[in-house]
Amino acid sequence: MALRIGVPKETAAGEKRVATVPDVVEKLVKLGFSVAVESGAGDAANFADDTYLAAGAQVLPTASEIWSGSDIVFKVRPPSADEVAQLREGATLIGFVWPAQNPQLMEQLAARKATVLAIDCLPRQLSRAQKMDALTSMAGISGYRAVIEAANAFGRFFNGQVTAAGKIPPAKVFIAGAGVAGLAAIGTAANLGAVVRANDTRAEVADQVVSLGGEFVKVDYEEEGSGGGGYAKVMSEGFQAAQRAMYAQQARDADIIITTALIPGKPAPKLITAEMVRSMRPGSVIVDMAAEQGGNCELTEPGQAVVRHGVTIIGYTDLASRLAKQSSTLYSTNLLRLTEELCKTKDGTIDVNFDDDAIRGLTVLKEGAVTWPAPPPKLPAAAPKPKAAAAPAAAPKGHGHGAGEPMSAKALAIVFGVAAVLFWLVGAYAPASFLQHFTVFVLACFVGYMVVWNVTPSLHTPLMSVTNAISSIIAIGALVQVAPPVTGDGGGRPSGLILALAVVALVLTAVNMFGGFAVTRRMLAMFRK
Amino acid sequence: MTESLATVAYIGATILFILSLGGLSHPETARRGNLFGIVGMAIAVLATVLGPRVTAAGVPWIVGALVVGGAVGLFAAKKVQMTQMPELVALMHSLVGLAACLVGFASYVDTSIAYTGAEKTIHEIEIYIGILIGAVTFSGSVIAFGKLSGKIGGKPLLLPARHWINLLGLLIVIAFGRQFLQAHDVASGMLPLLVMTVIALLFGVHMVMAIGGADMPVVVSMLNSYSGWAAAATGFMLSNDLLIVTGALVGSSGAILSYIMCRAMNRNFISVIAGGFGTGGGSTAAAGGAQPAGEVVPVSAAETAEMLREAKSVIIVPGYGMAVAQAQHTVFEITRLLRERGVQVRFGIHPVAGRMPGHMNVLLAEAKVPYDIVLEMDEINEDFPETDVSMVIGANDIVNPAAQDDPASPIAGMPVLEVWKAKTSIVMKRSMASGYAGVDNPLFYKDNNRMLFGDAKKMLDEVLGALKA
Repeated sequence: MALRIGVPKETAAGEKRVATVPDVVEKLVKLGFSVAVESGAGDAANFADDTYLAAGAQVLPTASEIWSGSDIVFKVRPPSADEVAQLREGATLIGFVWPAQNPQLMEQLAARKATVLAIDCLPRQLSRAQKMDALTSMAGISGYRAVIEAANAFGRFFNGQVTAAGKIPPAKVFIAGAGVAGLAAIGTAANLGAVVRANDTRAEVADQVVSLGGEFVKVDYEEEGSGGGGYAKVMSEGFQAAQRAMYAQQARDADIIITTALIPGKPAPKLITAEMVRSMRPGSVIVDMAAEQGGNCELTEPGQAVVRHGVTIIGYTDLASRLAKQSSTLYSTNLLRLTEELCKTKDGTIDVNFDDDAIRGLTVLKEGAVTWPAPPPKLPAAAPKPKAAAAPAAAPKGHGHGAGEPMSAKALAIVFGVAAVLFWLVGAYAPASFLQHFTVFVLACFVGYMVVWNVTPSLHTPLMSVTNAISSIIAIGALVQVAPPVTGDGGGRPSGLILALAVVALVLTAVNMFGGFAVTRRMLAMFRK
Repeated sequence: MTESLATVAYIGATILFILSLGGLSHPETARRGNLFGIVGMAIAVLATVLGPRVTAAGVPWIVGALVVGGAVGLFAAKKVQMTQMPELVALMHSLVGLAACLVGFASYVDTSIAYTGAEKTIHEIEIYIGILIGAVTFSGSVIAFGKLSGKIGGKPLLLPARHWINLLGLLIVIAFGRQFLQAHDVASGMLPLLVMTVIALLFGVHMVMAIGGADMPVVVSMLNSYSGWAAAATGFMLSNDLLIVTGALVGSSGAILSYIMCRAMNRNFISVIAGGFGTGGGSTAAAGGAQPAGEVVPVSAAETAEMLREAKSVIIVPGYGMAVAQAQHTVFEITRLLRERGVQVRFGIHPVAGRMPGHMNVLLAEAKVPYDIVLEMDEINEDFPETDVSMVIGANDIVNPAAQDDPASPIAGMPVLEVWKAKTSIVMKRSMASGYAGVDNPLFYKDNNRMLFGDAKKMLDEVLGALKA
């Protein structure tokens, strides 16, 4: 039986996103679901009701019809108490839930015997889960938007310019925390032409910062801050002192500071003190992306932009929502990927399969029973670094294949030894006339060796056909046997038999000679730029 | 023409042959190289015919033989399809081998030049070895031709105790060789010579029968090498330096090719010739190696076209499957279309892709793909991380990440094209069947990999249609 997916209009103040966009509706319908969208749900994100209708959704006028009439509800923000009350008993809810912060909501949902998949609880370290990772996609958008907000409030250009009216220095942007949002902010600010510096307690992100055009600023203190799951952990006192000194210095120097430092389950660390704000130049901007968790700056007012000591401090908590069309599209794609995982049979039903680490992690309530927090996923043991991988990488590069690395001294000694013995044997027993030919033979082998290593690999097939044609030089052997000048009676030479053998050999080699050269010619004519 | 004039003509021909091989270092100079080869051959043949060793009575025979053989050769060269090149080359090797045998026998029964003492022994050893190599080359090439053209199944035929059979054959050959050398006249030496020839023929058959499809590049280049050694042996037999030099050139060329092919599979020559792949280890190795985790994501031709259209850079990795499906022209059409739209399209060629060295290059050249976008493995492997889409057409083992990641894999250490490092890889394949090495391919289960199932030609045609639409 095909289930119905309901998409209500978001009710949180200022929330412009919508959980499903028309493109995704189409794909959900293909998976076998029927989709109902509340009228006006997509308006704020520029998706009109008509486009949902065209994509195959039903558009219903009121939210209560969606909540009570759907088997599965797609949401962005956690639902309000009113909304939960309208949820059909035993239905499934998918969206941001934040179970740690919203214990009351969990109780209400449990009372409705609901199955709840909290997209924020996704085990992000599973590479398979990346396609469903809404936190990442939203954070990327927020990082971009943070720079745009900063640029809006900042009174100067980002990029340095030399104009007729004078030289303009580039803006200096400092970004605290190089997570997904931080990296997006680094890339955006660098693209606008600013000088970007960034810091993170996790040293391993330094390369990523540099790759996006930023400069990584180290804290002058040895400690590693990876806390698992891609988040940072709380650092030691000594480290924090060194970090404060570094931040104070950056604050004096920077025009724009964007802070993104979050530690899961804890209030955001206060990185920027009031003192530091005071030290900044008037007209500078701070965008505090951690405002929702209390802010990284002491003076942040969550949800607002305020001016303190001449510095604009932006504490918006809805950065992603301010880019509603983009964030709705990405978010609904994340939900679509999740739905695909839930509905492998493509028949419009879902299976909350607890054997699947990703789905197990997401599910915070199953038919009313609390299943949160999920046990840590069974990660496959890190594969041992293969030694073999290093070897081919070290293979010599150069024109053609090269003759490979030089032989080891031992192998070389063996080769020389064997060669010496063979040559001695030949020299000791063979007659002089043979040695003359032998000399020619050995030298020719070396010439061949040198010449052939220079052949480009793309011409190996022509090489084979041309060497094949050349090897019909054996015709010479047949030619001299056809009718040699015979002295005397020839010692009872069976001329007829030899002639027959020679002529047959000649025909065979002629096939080879003409055919080989002709086919090589044909092949080579095809190689062109 | 005197003996001396003929000799200097031979020197000229030798130089031209060396230049001919040297010219193949670059496609631009290769055409001239081929011309050098033709001129060298013409000089050699003319100098011989006009030289002191051929009397006028032989000329009609010679002309007749050259015309008949030449006509057949030119006809074959014109008719052959580029996908059939490996077969043609194998067949031609067999001709050289057979000719070497015939010349050897003719030389043996020719008593007009009398040798004595050590010279006689050496001469007879030369004949014996020349015929031996010629016979192995002949029968081996015929079987290789049969396998390549599909007339004989590609599966390796592994007789029980096959190594002992080969050893026994070798011992018999040596025993009869002694008898042959002790023979006083032609009649009594003929029997051992014939017995040896039969054994050599059987050995050639047995050797190539034991080798499976994807090892064919090694076999073809090895036979190429043998045909050269056969010519060199004939040269020793007839005291002709031109034959010796040319034979040595061809022989070492083939040997180097075999070596390159073996190295590209991370196998040693002996194990390839011994036949089979990781004998007896196929199934256990697959179990011992890490079981690929994840799932296979199939895509449609239309989705593939979509990915190609949105990509900025594409690397196509062709394999034997492209040759089988004759899909190279469609591949070129797709390449052309994408390049017109500003997509950077390049080709990555693994040394052992296909059934003979350089097989893929020839097919792509035939389809008019410009050679400067066809790169070798070493040149292109570093570029995969910056590539949006890598498309694998009918290849398997040469793109298997297990060769690098899984030391337990039978193909561990084999250099492979790192297609999985591209943002997305698309593998075009008939089914999930494993490749020649019998190893499961973890590439298929990677997150960024998509599978396009179906016949390569048919699928590519659909992709092309979707791209045009």
